[in-house]
Amino acid sequence: MKEAQEFVWMGAIPLQIHLHESEVTTVPPPPPALILAPRIGYLPLLLPLIKPYFSSTLPPGVDTVWFEYKGLPLKWYIPTGVLFDLLCAEPERPWNLTIHFRGYPSHLLIPCEGEDSVKWNFINSLKEADYIINGNCKNVMHMSQSDQLELWNSVVNANLEAFIRSSSKLKSGTIEDDYASKISWMVLGKVPVRLYVWNVSEDFGDMEDAPPIDSWDRISYVNRPLEIHREGKCFTLHDAIKTLLPELFGKKRKPSEGENDEQSFGSEEETKNNRMTEEGEGNISQPLETGSTADDDPEIKLLRIQGIEPKLETPISWVANHLRHPENFLHVCVYIKVPSAKSL
Amino acid sequence: MNESAWDGTLSASEFSASAQAFAEKWKLNNPAYPPWTWVKSLEVPIFATNQVEEGYLSLENVCIVKSNDDEVASCVEGEASLYDKEDEESTDSATLSGNDNVQPYYFDFHIIYSASFRVPVLYFRAYCSDGRSLGLNEIESVLPANSAKVLLESKWTFITQEEHPYLNRPWCKLHPCGSSDWMKLLFQAVEKVDRPAMELYLVSWFSVVGPVIGLGIPIQMLKEP
Repeated sequence: MKEAQEFVWMGAIPLQIHLHESEVTTVPPPPPALILAPRIGYLPLLLPLIKPYFSSTLPPGVDTVWFEYKGLPLKWYIPTGVLFDLLCAEPERPWNLTIHFRGYPSHLLIPCEGEDSVKWNFINSLKEADYIINGNCKNVMHMSQSDQLELWNSVVNANLEAFIRSSSKLKSGTIEDDYASKISWMVLGKVPVRLYVWNVSEDFGDMEDAPPIDSWDRISYVNRPLEIHREGKCFTLHDAIKTLLPELFGKKRKPSEGENDEQSFGSEEETKNNRMTEEGEGNISQPLETGSTADDDPEIKLLRIQGIEPKLETPISWVANHLRHPENFLHVCVYIKVPSAKSL
Repeated sequence: MNESAWDGTLSASEFSASAQAFAEKWKLNNPAYPPWTWVKSLEVPIFATNQVEEGYLSLENVCIVKSNDDEVASCVEGEASLYDKEDEESTDSATLSGNDNVQPYYFDFHIIYSASFRVPVLYFRAYCSDGRSLGLNEIESVLPANSAKVLLESKWTFITQEEHPYLNRPWCKLHPCGSSDWMKLLFQAVEKVDRPAMELYLVSWFSVVGPVIGLGIPIQMLKEP
């Protein structure tokens, strides 16, 4: 568990941040800022690192910072790694973002008043996850202000040791199951999940050809707890996606039978380890079929969590316990292609 | 855990059924107001869901007036007409009490089910006659004085600005965290039942939430025929 957590916490995205041309008042324009952003962090938290690059060139006025990628204003409360996994079909290194200090698009983005807004949002998500897992927010509500602050600071600094110390006071459970004992695959409980679904209507073979996302209306955001209650069978990642998107995968099909075979499980471990060492470098081998013979079923073109593409047969309990974010949500980016026959 | 003890929450399908019941009662008992409509939420756009009908309740263009003496009247006599944003000369203070300092605001309300908390959540936004959106502070000043006080002091109800779950725009939200607690109390204390008829859930819920945002409900709605 520790290794996977370390992997997640050390994950970072190299950013190349350009000041928007309308806000450049000096000639020549300032060079872009090169920042390594923690995956589990949030863009507004990078401001202290970024501002020095541009402060001497900004027009007069009050700063209201926002980020944009290819014209799309970025939602600041989505973790940086998730934004990257979602918006860059073909991972772009460094990731070129534009920063604005003026002209906040308040008709599109909720306001962000610096670190406090991000912290507030984080704590609320933590409460929400607590409620989902335990049926109440007591764990979080009973944390003292200073403990909450300590927890938050560990996230800001991407400091896993400090986080582990702080969150021991939180007592948020792991998703229970008997996976470790390999006696049975019974998994019970609710998993906090945030699913970002991009329906790609055109077919494309190569991620480079994926059309850019020009509006958040093209992404479906599903914030729905995943309920697991399958005895005797392994509830896989694939099952999870199908459960969360009944509109697409619901009626005709039964979720796949899990592989109870220890051997196949062993080999999966290796594959996972291999994938873990290459951050997001994995190519899309072939489109991951939903296993149906029908041509008109939706096809999962890509599924990314923390920059990796876990095999769909992976037990969801493993995925949830190892790849979750500090606020205990599992953020999953999925590109789905639905044949035109099904669309309205 | 005691299975018979109700925890104050409801399921998604119970919410859908309760919403329908609520909308019908509202229409019957609140003729001065526009009706609540059910909007189907297309979770994955361009795909219709034919499973549990997911959606939310919507009431838009409700005119709320704050007069000088801090009283808030909503959708007063005269037309309960929908404010047409393109039409600058629509219903305004002219039809209301002849107080010159009356400033009408228009509210949109959405009651949306939260799958995480298993309770309804009220989302709303407000704008002026000229179409300009109101910020959070302005909205708080428009609300009834009582509720402004309630908001400041209560740990159960407070308003935050968050993204609408489906519309990708900033809306105001009445925080759901304590909803299940006070719903449970409400039913135990007032209704003296351990578990309510779920169809009535929204009516009861709204009897608490509505006044916070200046929308009362007539007593008749609370009485079950």
